[in-house]
Amino acid sequence: MSTTAHLTAAEVEEFGRALDRLRDEVIASLGDADARYIRRVIAAQRKLELAGRALLFASWLPPAWVAGTTALATAKILENMEIGHNVLHGQWDWMRDPKIHSTTWDWDMASPTRMWMHSHNFVHHTWTNVLGKDRDLGYTLLRVSPEQRWHPVYLLQPFYNALLALFFEYGIALYDLEVERIPAGDKSAEEFLTQLRAIAAKVGRQIAKDYVMFPLLAGPGFVPVLLGDVTANLARNVWAHTIIFCGHFPDGAEVFTEDRLEGETRGEWYVRQLAGSCDIEGGRLLHLMTGNLSHQIEHHLFPDLPSNRYAEIAPRVRALCRRFELPYTSGSLARQVGSVYKRILRLALPGPARSEPGRAPAAEDIRAAG
Amino acid sequence: MAVDAGVRGFLTGASAPGAARWAGALRRLGNAAEWLTTPLSPDDYLALVNPLWTAREPRGRIEAVRREAADAATLVIRPGRNWATHTPGQWTRIGVDIQGVRHWRAYSLSSPPGRDGRVTVTVKAAGLVSRHLVRRVRPGTIVGLARPEGEFVLPDPPPPRLLFLTAGSGITPVRAMLRHLFPGTGPGRDSPDVILVHSAPTAADFIFGAELRAMEARSPTLRLHERHTRAQGRLSPADLADLCPDWAERPTWACGPAGMLADAEAHWAGHREPLHVEHFHPTTPVTVTDGGRVRFIKSGRECDADGDLPLLVIGEEAGALLPSGCRIGVCRSCVGRLASGQVRDLRTGQVHGEEGDLIQTCVSAAAGSVEIDL
Repeated sequence: MSTTAHLTAAEVEEFGRALDRLRDEVIASLGDADARYIRRVIAAQRKLELAGRALLFASWLPPAWVAGTTALATAKILENMEIGHNVLHGQWDWMRDPKIHSTTWDWDMASPTRMWMHSHNFVHHTWTNVLGKDRDLGYTLLRVSPEQRWHPVYLLQPFYNALLALFFEYGIALYDLEVERIPAGDKSAEEFLTQLRAIAAKVGRQIAKDYVMFPLLAGPGFVPVLLGDVTANLARNVWAHTIIFCGHFPDGAEVFTEDRLEGETRGEWYVRQLAGSCDIEGGRLLHLMTGNLSHQIEHHLFPDLPSNRYAEIAPRVRALCRRFELPYTSGSLARQVGSVYKRILRLALPGPARSEPGRAPAAEDIRAAG
Repeated sequence: MAVDAGVRGFLTGASAPGAARWAGALRRLGNAAEWLTTPLSPDDYLALVNPLWTAREPRGRIEAVRREAADAATLVIRPGRNWATHTPGQWTRIGVDIQGVRHWRAYSLSSPPGRDGRVTVTVKAAGLVSRHLVRRVRPGTIVGLARPEGEFVLPDPPPPRLLFLTAGSGITPVRAMLRHLFPGTGPGRDSPDVILVHSAPTAADFIFGAELRAMEARSPTLRLHERHTRAQGRLSPADLADLCPDWAERPTWACGPAGMLADAEAHWAGHREPLHVEHFHPTTPVTVTDGGRVRFIKSGRECDADGDLPLLVIGEEAGALLPSGCRIGVCRSCVGRLASGQVRDLRTGQVHGEEGDLIQTCVSAAAGSVEIDL
């Protein structure tokens, strides 16, 4: 039985049209306030980064090291999540500002933007939570759903998941290479090498900046600055990994089989995005620091709506779910993180009995609408 | 060419050996700083301090807005770095954000290059952007400011006798030329013999009317003929014989509505002295019929498109190699730059598009003829 079994086909389309109307409404109301928002966030992020770097130059004072590292880590998180991820989704393309546009933006991440946009915007956002299609389901590395067949290598997943968290940006860059497509002949070795070189170039520049140039500029402060930069990058990695894993892997997120895609309608697409995603509840600061991926459901329904609008439409999406008796999975950060790690530990072992894909999870797992 | 000469003059003026060394050192410093700012450029951080310091994205700051004739205003703009000095008569493109969306429009520069480095454009409220510039924009606003362009300029030195034929806001590039030819307060020395024939609905609608009347009063070689079309009717080229009997012997510069320029071009056909024209209302043939001829510029493919099929599908069927992704308007892998024409958003039915817009080919259909840079 799937999430939508209680709905007629007409009701599913009615749900879809209601969401379409919501989308149109937001798009029609985009304006100066939204443009001011993203420009303010970008300016604040850059100033925070400058402040962090400046403080680190005084890092022979321990409080300055802590403050500088915190500021730099915060700036890097904002740069990746609220700015980079969302700009690369085209959320701000409507402004027609060539400086804030998905086709011109580059981010402080190891992944070249074009490659990431393919694997994220296209593969993940189109095939969300479809087994065998959505590579983000465990990132071809982890078993995050009982429907994935167990293999002894997963016994080690608590360990390599921790490594992935620490080196998340490199993990994502390598993941975007889609290595598994090469043996099948879907991807040429040439293309692979070109992409690998692009990653190496980005990684090289980031290492030169964070681990060579800024420490050298600090002169005798070389070591504390280096340590500050390393800490900031690791903190950003762990935070991004945490938030992103909370998007689709907590209890309540559904997975689907490929047959679900056959003739999928607009309404069914929306339902799949909804059922495969989970929100995190919290205050405005949490939403900002997660790049509004705490509104993962809203983001998956409307990946190209500006992130500052997700908070305002979330209650309306929730109300629609209540009306159509559809699940809306949401919980505190602690609950969602706990749920994800419990799952990673449990699924390292064989079983549990594979529930039928596309099935609704057990009722107690769902914090249903309301 | 006049533009090149202007740029060269500007550069040579600033490139004494010392200055060149400085410029080189600054460039090297900038390149080194790239290592500290990657993936951004040092420019992006400089712009935090002063938006005009960015060299990559030419900008200007509006320092004053002066009311001119009815519903027209002059914007005094301080250009940012890398502004190339213009030649009177040229135009620039101004980029302004309205409701958060950047719009670019071309406007004639209405001032000659000044010593203080500021430039002006004079705008008559007509469309979305000009209305915004005249009525809403405030001093302090940062606008996009593209390099000056255009061939509607005087030769150097100017001809000894010339005629300007203008109407409405077509006076703006000519005002820059007149200020250049008749500078200062005294009678212009070596100024050529100039006749200006200007049409406006009434005397009050004459943009720069007071200034140009005063200029005429102090300049023995400048004659101004005003035509107030509400009372006197439209000027016909045949009327020129009375106002300027030697019109056929004067090189002429004309700027005004399309109809007036077409009349003038017909009247001048076959004459010895050239007629230079400037279409200040860019003629945009917005014939929005659904479907049309679609050209994919980089792929070199062309085909007729239905009005209800995505450009992506049309292009692929025509054999163009196009980027694509989700095909439902989500992932934006498929965007291409619109070179001309307009498109219909298949999701909303809305027709939109200006030159340079990035459009999603998977959910956009041709609304008339379209050229796309893919």
